[in-house]
Amino acid sequence: MNLLTRRLATFPLVLIGVSSLVFFAIRLVPGDAITAMLGTEAGLLTDAQRAALQAYFGLDKPWIVQYGHWFWGLLRGDMGISVTYGKPVLTVILQRFPLTLELALLSMVIALLIGVPAGVFAATRNERAADLAVRIGAMIGQSTPSFVFGLLIIYVLSAGFGVLPVMGTFTPIWQDPLANLGQLILPAITLGAAFAASVTRIARSAMLDVLGEDYVRTARSRGAPARTVIWRHALPNALIPVVTLSGIEFGYLLGGAVIVEQIFALPGLGRMVLDAILQRDYALVQGAVLFVAFNFMIVNLLVDLAYFWLDPRIRAGGQ
Amino acid sequence: MVKQRGLNPLSGVAVAALVGCLGLAGTANAAALHMAWSQDATGLDPQKQTAFSSIRLLELIYEPLVRLDDKLAVVPAVAKSWDFAPDGLSLTFHLDPKAAFSDGTLVTSADVKASFVRLLDEKTGAAARSNYLSIASIETPDAQTVTFKLSQPDVPILAAMAGVNAAILPASAIADGSVGTKALGSGPFELKSWDPNAKEVLVANPNWAGGKVGVDEIDISVLPDETAILAALRAGQIDMALLNDPLVATLVPGVAGLKLDRTPSISYNVLQLNPSRGAMQDVKVRQAMSCAIDRKAVLDTAALGEGQVTGPITVPAYATDPSTLFCYKPDLAMAKKLMAEAGFANGFSATVIAATGEPATAAAEAQVLQSQLAQIGIKLDIKMMELNVYVDAWLKGDFDMAVALNGGRPDPYTMYNRYWTKTGNLQKVANYVDDTLDTDMNSARVETDPAKRKAIFADFEKHITEVSPWIWLFTPYTYVAERSNVAGFVPTPTGTLFGLSAVTLK
Repeated sequence: MNLLTRRLATFPLVLIGVSSLVFFAIRLVPGDAITAMLGTEAGLLTDAQRAALQAYFGLDKPWIVQYGHWFWGLLRGDMGISVTYGKPVLTVILQRFPLTLELALLSMVIALLIGVPAGVFAATRNERAADLAVRIGAMIGQSTPSFVFGLLIIYVLSAGFGVLPVMGTFTPIWQDPLANLGQLILPAITLGAAFAASVTRIARSAMLDVLGEDYVRTARSRGAPARTVIWRHALPNALIPVVTLSGIEFGYLLGGAVIVEQIFALPGLGRMVLDAILQRDYALVQGAVLFVAFNFMIVNLLVDLAYFWLDPRIRAGGQ
Repeated sequence: MVKQRGLNPLSGVAVAALVGCLGLAGTANAAALHMAWSQDATGLDPQKQTAFSSIRLLELIYEPLVRLDDKLAVVPAVAKSWDFAPDGLSLTFHLDPKAAFSDGTLVTSADVKASFVRLLDEKTGAAARSNYLSIASIETPDAQTVTFKLSQPDVPILAAMAGVNAAILPASAIADGSVGTKALGSGPFELKSWDPNAKEVLVANPNWAGGKVGVDEIDISVLPDETAILAALRAGQIDMALLNDPLVATLVPGVAGLKLDRTPSISYNVLQLNPSRGAMQDVKVRQAMSCAIDRKAVLDTAALGEGQVTGPITVPAYATDPSTLFCYKPDLAMAKKLMAEAGFANGFSATVIAATGEPATAAAEAQVLQSQLAQIGIKLDIKMMELNVYVDAWLKGDFDMAVALNGGRPDPYTMYNRYWTKTGNLQKVANYVDDTLDTDMNSARVETDPAKRKAIFADFEKHITEVSPWIWLFTPYTYVAERSNVAGFVPTPTGTLFGLSAVTLK
């Protein structure tokens, strides 16, 4: 059985595990959809009123029966109805996902465009002033919380220049690319900055290792130009840890960058899940977490496949 | 040759492109009001929704029989007039013949009856039902008249009917079960679209009996972070916003082109004690706590002075001057003496619960109270909770003390019967039974003479602050921030946004 088949075979088990965990964990948290809707006014309900609302929200059956209904629906492709949106859960998720996917991709592009060259630049100037500057920059980028960076951007732009991205809504790229970019560029920079800092540090460290390898010395001794040695011989081999980091980070971002979506009021997946948890919209939380877990597994699979492409040794071993 | 240093032309182009992408926030449509708030509605059924955030939206779409003006006086809405029978056992409304739902259908007494039948039906699950339990039957002698027969005189029921929980719904929508999925009301606006927790668009209801509204459309964005709301106001991206956090609201007046409407609310910040637990079972301990707390210091420190120290009753027409109430002037010596008399000279330990961010000042209030009560030896452990977890504990009365922001009502009976009568639904939250409070509340329910009602409520306030089951702190302000192009908004103590119907854009 090759790697792809083996990995795909684990998907259902992981998804069942995640769904069970989320289903029961969220119900263990005090409060329910009724208290989320009514707050302290829920105390005014009579027993009959409470029973009617429990039936409306599907909370009137034992947990195990609720789980059975939900799982049976899942097998038929029905994740249930979101009580907040009044729509099928999958429909709500797919409405919110394009924003999150685009934001994750844009952040990753920004991070790689900054992080990889900066890491290579620093590694080839090891322990010199330029290296130190890049390392300090990366340290600052990594240690600055995204909400601080995001709020600073918002403040500087609104107070200094009187401009801001249009917040609270999302224009798909196919409808108006310029408006779409306007809405996402600042959140993407906010997310990409910390991501770029991590990529820089990993790329620098990996490049330093690779630059000390025998085959690099051999290439240099054979008179290969420095640029060729760095970008053609060394970099591809230094990229494996970068790919690993990017895969993990991208997987997280596909789950929604909650804080950045919150600050920039982007109606993405992360904010949707947060609101669903606060409003105890159980079906939506369960469906969204399952969706995120599935995405994470797909991204991990793609990362593993990327190793094959990047490293012939793994390819040989894998076969 | 000297090389001129300056901005690289390419960087200038990049900045221009960025600014172009972000867009200067002007609005193409002059008659569209752009608004923002941090919390969105949680549903569209006006009879079921109780959260402020839901009510703010729904009261623009639906209308009750009557509403409250900015002085909390009852004024016409769907009904143009009303009268109580001399014996107080019936209340008759005469409907405005022009009142119509947004689809053009006239509002009739059949709609009123169907709405109240639904509200009173336990299957509906409307928490507000408890305010209308004196309704014995509803009669509709003609299409424009509706009479509520009451099982006992119930003076506060009129003010209770002024809320959107008593909105008049189309009988047809009740029959086909579309209430809550399709918003069809007789208010000044109709809901064009609603993307929960993101955005809603309202358009003017051409059939509104109140006449033409000042704007054609209201676009409301849900911006969860209030600093982002301020930034959006500053950038001109929105014209108007609701704010909750005094830390953000107090920044508004310092920004050119912005103004802040700051209105004393009838809700109240309170330290709820649990008189059924430990040392707090002793009235002297509760009194000592009341004497040790400097309410003005709590207000100034936790809420930047944004509010007013209050007694239990926050409605101006019935409120007693707080300075005349028991221990509203802090008296540490008295507090220590009372603690010693109760046998707690060395104090005791307790836990105080508070909800994270609800209100925005909750954590700061808890900290100030912790430091003030430490002066009489009470060691408070602050437990911050996610709102729903807090509500769950609060409803069970499962706390030693709770920092709370409780909603006010235009009539003190409706506001407090739930806690302080022996049959109150939230009696287990108050954990305190008192004959005087019960008698006062029930007397105020049937008393029709305003002067006598005021005297009853004065007695209620005096007694409850003396026995101190709770320690009332302050009423906060409600905030509406506006750009200078907005005119005509009238804020009210209930925080209603009905005043948007009169707003125009310059």
